[in-house]
Amino acid sequence: MGAGKAFVSSDCKMTNYIFILLGAVLVNNVVLVRILGLCPFMGVSKKLETALGMGAATTFVLTLGCGTSFVIDHWLLLPNDLEYLRTLSFIVTIAAIVQLTELVIQKTSPVLHQVLGIYLPLITTNCAVLGIPLLNISLRHNFMESLLFGFGSSVGFSLALVLFAGLRERLEGAEIPTYFRGNPIALITGGLMSLAFMGFAGLDKFR
Amino acid sequence: MTALRQLFRFHGGVKPAYNKEPSTTQPIADFYALAPLPAEFVIPLHQSIGGVPHPLVAAGEQVKKGQLIGAPDGYVSSAVHAATSGTVKAVEMRLMPHTSGLSALCVVIAPDGKDEWIERQPVPWRAMAPDEVRDALRDAGVVGLGGAVFPTYLKVNPGKKGKLDTLVINGAECEPFITCDDMQMREQAEKVVRGAAILRDLTQAGQVLIGIEDNKPEAIAAMQAAVTQTGEAKIEIVPVPTRYPAGGAKQLIRVLTGIEVPHGKRSTDYGVQCFNTGTACATYEALELGQPLISRVVTVAGNVLRPRNFVVRFGTPMKDVVALCGPKPDSDRLIMGGPMMGFAMPADTVPVVKATNCILVGSKALFPPPPPEMPCIRCGECAKVCPSDLAPFEMYWFSRAKLFGKAQEYHLFDCIECGCCAYVCPSRIPLVDYYRFAKSEIWAREQEKSAADEARERYEFRMLREEREKQEKAAKLAAKAAETKAKLAAAATPEDAAKKALIAAAMERAQQATQNPPAPPADNAEAPPAPPAQQTPS
Amino acid sequence: MIAAILVMALGAVVLGAALGYASIKFKVEGDPLVEKIDAILPQTQCGQCGFPGCKPYAEAIAKGEADINCCPPGGEEGIRKLADLLGREFKPLSEEHGVEKPKSVAFIDENTCIGCTLCMQACPVDAIVGAAKQMHTIVPKLCTGCELCLEPCPVDCITMVPIPETVANWKWKYPTFAIKKVTA
Repeated sequence: MGAGKAFVSSDCKMTNYIFILLGAVLVNNVVLVRILGLCPFMGVSKKLETALGMGAATTFVLTLGCGTSFVIDHWLLLPNDLEYLRTLSFIVTIAAIVQLTELVIQKTSPVLHQVLGIYLPLITTNCAVLGIPLLNISLRHNFMESLLFGFGSSVGFSLALVLFAGLRERLEGAEIPTYFRGNPIALITGGLMSLAFMGFAGLDKFR
Repeated sequence: MTALRQLFRFHGGVKPAYNKEPSTTQPIADFYALAPLPAEFVIPLHQSIGGVPHPLVAAGEQVKKGQLIGAPDGYVSSAVHAATSGTVKAVEMRLMPHTSGLSALCVVIAPDGKDEWIERQPVPWRAMAPDEVRDALRDAGVVGLGGAVFPTYLKVNPGKKGKLDTLVINGAECEPFITCDDMQMREQAEKVVRGAAILRDLTQAGQVLIGIEDNKPEAIAAMQAAVTQTGEAKIEIVPVPTRYPAGGAKQLIRVLTGIEVPHGKRSTDYGVQCFNTGTACATYEALELGQPLISRVVTVAGNVLRPRNFVVRFGTPMKDVVALCGPKPDSDRLIMGGPMMGFAMPADTVPVVKATNCILVGSKALFPPPPPEMPCIRCGECAKVCPSDLAPFEMYWFSRAKLFGKAQEYHLFDCIECGCCAYVCPSRIPLVDYYRFAKSEIWAREQEKSAADEARERYEFRMLREEREKQEKAAKLAAKAAETKAKLAAAATPEDAAKKALIAAAMERAQQATQNPPAPPADNAEAPPAPPAQQTPS
Repeated sequence: MIAAILVMALGAVVLGAALGYASIKFKVEGDPLVEKIDAILPQTQCGQCGFPGCKPYAEAIAKGEADINCCPPGGEEGIRKLADLLGREFKPLSEEHGVEKPKSVAFIDENTCIGCTLCMQACPVDAIVGAAKQMHTIVPKLCTGCELCLEPCPVDCITMVPIPETVANWKWKYPTFAIKKVTA
């Protein structure tokens, strides 16, 4: 992590980008390893379709949010020594992006809006969406890396969400002891998934 | 020729114990030659897929053998005929040969013993238009005798292309114990071949493939001989490997032609149609002999001393047929169909119907009650044997949890309920029972949904109509009000004018009376301006 | 300090202006949710929910004015579907709106009917045939079993008849096993 600056030559840059992308998707999966964005992970994982919709919406917003927050940080906050306003300004920006996205999608593509539906506004409260831009800053990513890291993380989020939703759909048909039905068994399953994803830590290069 | 034909394999399948020999040792017997006519024939009106035929006879009426007693109702439906001559005792609800144990409308005929046919005349089908031939088949009550009882006339159709490539005649008869098609092919091969030829001509098929499982060498030989003897062209007897369910329509089509009919498509889309051998025979009898479908070959097997095939007329109680074969004392139930796909009958008094290819007598020893179901261990054996290439364990998982939408996503409705999955399941899960449950629930829901849609439409139309009526009423009222107003105005004006004129005239006269005597005619020139000034107050 | 206020104010103004512009520019009319809810409702138009029909109830649910458990004909399954669609928790049927009954259709006793046409006016789906001073009858295929015709009938000649089970509508039962006592 943060090794981006060390690479100078262009072909190394490509490798670096791939490392960032894969690292964000698998090794440092935002939900299962960083334990960020658990509310949608538990909340919108009951059905595969909605999980896919949420994943797509988050991917869109998070990638856009990473780019915008990088611009704000570098052009507005850093020149004015206002680093302490990062959290505040990022939240405001992301909320605005989410709102804007929703309005635009609703008008331009009603079908997509129906798929993403009520999940778009929910993204505002997804801590991963704030966490990733902040991580971008602390990892000293440049603009391209920020975008890739944001994209990778949200793909990782979608992956975890979709896998989990698939499991939960199946759990619905399973014979589970009464007291474990619903959220308890989902939490246990989520925990096991988290353990499984720790296995990717073995991909040392991507860390 | 047969050896040269390349055969294909369908996925999965099982090889259960066939148990076919015992019922093939004796020729087909006419039931009524061995036993007296039953006291009454109970002929259900609903014997085919589709609409319930409506009764054409009432209690007390005399009917002849083969007389139409139930007229087809709707596009998908088939006629029903009297099984013997006699008196209609009643048209009433009787117990159906159906797992539910429910009753349905039946025509009960008390035979008069004369067994007198209606006038039978061959149908000149070669000279008739295709639609007329189809109507003749419908009115003769010909349905698929393989067990699905789908009205045959709907299938006798050259398809979109105008002609079929291949007509498959299904003589595979893959289910254990059942030998009715086998015996019919052995003894009535000529009729079957001639029937196949009629179907070939009606569908304008390029070739006819009669698929027979290779465990019926006698039937294959007899059919081969019949083809040679009749000299019918383009008909080929094809022995197919014995593997259950080779007799499934899609499976046999796959084996003979290599065509795998995909999900949501029909075999006719690929130029292939499939009929049972019994259906071919019934088609021959209906068209060439003018004989409606009132009987069929029924195998009686299982827990009986003398298993055998009989020609039984529809409406005969199963009990009577079974009695001829000597049921063993420990028999406890009758199954219509074979051990894989058959249904237990609610009572032994239910009548033989068009779908009855076999009456299987069961006992605890022969078909032990199903052992308790164990959890699914996801071994995948069911998927290995599924002839429809489905994932039975997934369909089971979601059907059991009543998640019907998910079960449908795994193509539950492509399941032919052959029972292979349940046959191999090491956890002894009655998988097919779950599929049947899920299917009927989904059907019921879909019906409810379409009923709701219709209700919504009607409600919205009513709202629209009420709104329109209101507006029309308002418009009418407004028009009426305007009309009366106009009438009033119109009526009022001439009256008022007349009154005014009268008053004015009277005033003028009065004025003239006061002014005229002194006024000279010369004053008249000044007079006109005066009257208006005086008239104003009036 | 001033810079911080300025930056935040600038951000607020820019984002506010963008959002304000977008909300005018990309305004959408109508609510597709109502259609979806209406599709789940059983369309009996019985009014047991307290709304004059299924569509008004669907609109009320979409607006959040009505709860999802006010529809007795839809039953538990209907509530489950609504809960699924709206991402709400399942609730048992609210008792004040009625109880789930077996599906029935109305039946007019033709000997008692005086031909007053009141039931025809009450029927939301036009399932009653008849004319003034003529005997009325109900088309069972179209009747939704809403019971709205029972109340207006002055001679109480309408009864609700449960739909009988026939071979055509019979359903396969859920596979069960009899539990046997094991003899020791």
